[in-house]
Amino acid sequence: MKKQTVGQSMDRVDGRLKVTGGARYFADHQPEGMLYAALVCSPVSSGRITAIDATKALRAPGVADVVSHLNAPPVPGYKVENPNPKQGLKIFHDDRIYSNGQPVAIVVANTLERAVYAASLVKVTYAQEVHQTDMAHSMDQAFQNKNMKDYLRGEADAWKKAPVSVEAEYNIPIEVHNPMELAGIIAHWETPDKLTLYAKTQGVKSVQQSLKTLFQLPESQITVHSQFVGGAFGMALRIWPMEIATILAAKKIRKPVKLVITRKDMFTLVGYRPAAKQRIGIGATAEGKLTGITHEAVANTSPYEDFTEAIVNMSRMMYACPNVNTHYQLVPLNLSTPVWMRGPGEATGAFALESAIDELAHKLHMDPLQLRLVNHADIDPERNLPYSSKYLKEAYEMGAAKIGWQQRSQTPGKLEENGWLVGYGMSSGVFGAGRGRATASATLKADGSLVVRSAAADIGPGTATAMVQIAADATGIDVKKIKFLLGESEYPEAPRQGGSSTVSTVGSAVNDVCRNLQQKLGELATANIPAFKDLKAENIQHEDGQLVAGNTRLDYAALLQQQQLPELVVTTTSQAGDERKQYAMYSFSVHFAKVQVHPATGVVRIKHIVSVADSGTVVNSKTARSQMIGGVVGGIGMALTEEALIDHRFGRYVNNNYADYHVPVNADTPPTDVLFINKKDPVINPMGAKGMGEIALIGFAAAVSNAVFNATGKRVRDLPITPDKLI
Amino acid sequence: MSQAPNENPSCPGKKDKHEARRDFLKQSSALMALALTPPLVVKAGEHDETIAGLFEKMPVSMEINGKAYQLSVEPRVTLLDLLREQLHLTGTKKGCDHGQCGACTVHVNGQRINSCLTLAVMQEGKKITTIEGLAQGDTLHPVQEAFIKHDGFQCGYCTPGQIMSAVACIREGHAGSPEEIREFMSGNICRCGAYDNIVAAITEVKQGGHTV
Repeated sequence: MKKQTVGQSMDRVDGRLKVTGGARYFADHQPEGMLYAALVCSPVSSGRITAIDATKALRAPGVADVVSHLNAPPVPGYKVENPNPKQGLKIFHDDRIYSNGQPVAIVVANTLERAVYAASLVKVTYAQEVHQTDMAHSMDQAFQNKNMKDYLRGEADAWKKAPVSVEAEYNIPIEVHNPMELAGIIAHWETPDKLTLYAKTQGVKSVQQSLKTLFQLPESQITVHSQFVGGAFGMALRIWPMEIATILAAKKIRKPVKLVITRKDMFTLVGYRPAAKQRIGIGATAEGKLTGITHEAVANTSPYEDFTEAIVNMSRMMYACPNVNTHYQLVPLNLSTPVWMRGPGEATGAFALESAIDELAHKLHMDPLQLRLVNHADIDPERNLPYSSKYLKEAYEMGAAKIGWQQRSQTPGKLEENGWLVGYGMSSGVFGAGRGRATASATLKADGSLVVRSAAADIGPGTATAMVQIAADATGIDVKKIKFLLGESEYPEAPRQGGSSTVSTVGSAVNDVCRNLQQKLGELATANIPAFKDLKAENIQHEDGQLVAGNTRLDYAALLQQQQLPELVVTTTSQAGDERKQYAMYSFSVHFAKVQVHPATGVVRIKHIVSVADSGTVVNSKTARSQMIGGVVGGIGMALTEEALIDHRFGRYVNNNYADYHVPVNADTPPTDVLFINKKDPVINPMGAKGMGEIALIGFAAAVSNAVFNATGKRVRDLPITPDKLI
Repeated sequence: MSQAPNENPSCPGKKDKHEARRDFLKQSSALMALALTPPLVVKAGEHDETIAGLFEKMPVSMEINGKAYQLSVEPRVTLLDLLREQLHLTGTKKGCDHGQCGACTVHVNGQRINSCLTLAVMQEGKKITTIEGLAQGDTLHPVQEAFIKHDGFQCGYCTPGQIMSAVACIREGHAGSPEEIREFMSGNICRCGAYDNIVAAITEVKQGGHTV
């Protein structure tokens, strides 16, 4: 029998398209008669629009229209009768300005240059009101909505009674996803009630659902294409107001309209990781047994939507600790709404918790690795359930060996290399291993090729490649004869690509549809082929794309040809069962960092990174490694460079470009060792894969800050760790 | 797309050289005529884009991926937007429009440049290579092959720029060590963080002694 494909290091199935420029992202499409849009955005951060003078813009060459709240077609889904202020930004619905950079008009012209120029001619006047963008000055506005429940296990604030304790505050600034591909959309109303979109999205079905409600159209009238997405990291998990603005402009002008926003607007229009202020109190016995953790967090949201995420959740379940309480609040600021950014809230929370663990270890004069081992949770302490699989202890061991943890000095500031202080740090990460519901169709053709379709997305991890491998193992058909198609709303339902769950969710549907295809082939054979007549379909063996009965082997292709069937199509929906109630399912990561810190300048250089993933079966060792090193690079940015800075006098970002908002470049990244536990989770899904997109980043920043402490004795609790904080 | 009889087949939508020159002469005459026209009529240009268009466009010819193009473009059109929006060479990507990310890297006369920072009208007589012009037919360039083998990307959006930059980096003699590659490839951001793999791909091509 042929070798198993899952687990192999296979080249990406779409690699050739990506290296030749043949992969078409949303903005690479150009429907016949397409016009170009440019946005006019508010320079004030709170207030009202008092007038829009578009006379000059409308007279400029090639301008088709200027659309704003004064003339936009109505959006039926904006519920006028229910003035709940937390319903999101209703773009072009009224004169309210909630944040700097909010779009107030969209200019459409027959060339990009003409649209951009005409946008500069639109004169908007505002009645400015007082704004607030500084969380430090808005803490009195902190609130909890009804979904934000406090958590208590055992006794609240038990850490205060502990023999050894640490209490500290940790801050992270606003971070921006900044995928390489600029956001935007191409909107085309083919008829007044038939909408076609080329979108940048992590879920074509999700876009379809949002627009179905907003424009009150049946699903069948909304087509969303999104086969290639140039990175997203969470920012394309929802539809944004500027996309609605483009759809409205296209509706009014009755031509396809393309909007590609600017890099500057990527800071204000498509979400960000919210700023968060966290306080952790943590206590232990003299031997290092945890007795209590208190984790409180406040994060910002927009004035018009409550964005919540799992910032404090890791503290509830990471360590065996009898007493844990968490509290989480939001503060509304005059900013746009945040959205999940890779690792999401867990990455924010892990920075605080994993820093606090390191601080506690230092106070206990204990190796932080030892402290983590002493408090290892053998069962999920939050839900009292066994883990479906957990190899965290092995992960600690593998990572420590690879980085050379024994070289670390327990006393900070003791190691030096070439005049640089040297430190070692570590952290852990954890993320729920999800499995949702997805449908896939499998089309077996008479030439023996197989096409599997599902409306999944691929923002870069290599979804189609993994799915082809899963289908190859399930059917025995060679990978070269299998295609997996995604990113089209007409395909069978799949959830958004987010929360590290695509392989688990869509992969299960692919596996199951392939099994059902084999069942159908079996039925076809038992009904029509003499050699199979005495067998039941479910008892037929399948090997290498063949049905097997004793010495008789029959190619799938031959069976279809004999039955004169051009193709056989099977569709299957797959979802998790009750096992999710019986087991706690998590992926775990361990990060180790060796850093050098220059004592005079405070420059931090990461010299070596080791990241270990306990993510179940690794479907493709090549793309999985890429996903892990990508998370590490994101983590380097979070730890050392990324911070969206606002001039609070104006409520405006001052570093809203790639030159001033520093995402790591090639020279910022050291060689990275990625290690996989690669043991199948026996419960979660047929492949045993737990997911790794988030754990690649979760906790990483703490490994760096712990290493910086180990090098210098200086504890940086406010990210990013810039040189000014070390000198 | 339908093609007019006098269009240049190597450049759909664009007329051949002689046609373009005729158009230019016509445009020049129209400009001359407008220059001699009373101000009131000139003002009408604000309302008439076809007349305004005559003011705005300039002729320029260049070679892109081995094909000759005679074009008429507005002076404010960047090389990037010309490639993408007018010539449908969408392999070259826009990531920032400020020369900060490298997604739009192309070769002009063999040198890597950010096409978002250069105007199309500045390319008179230049030879431009984009990602679409790197492979020889079905045979990929060694750097393209190495990017696939070493998984030098995830989402693929920065990849055309990375590859164009990588080819130039090797040709420049800046691929001598991983450290040097990291330094000389730092004008090309990869937010997916495939840097380690990009360095491995470039190193392999460099050490393989391929002609790039």
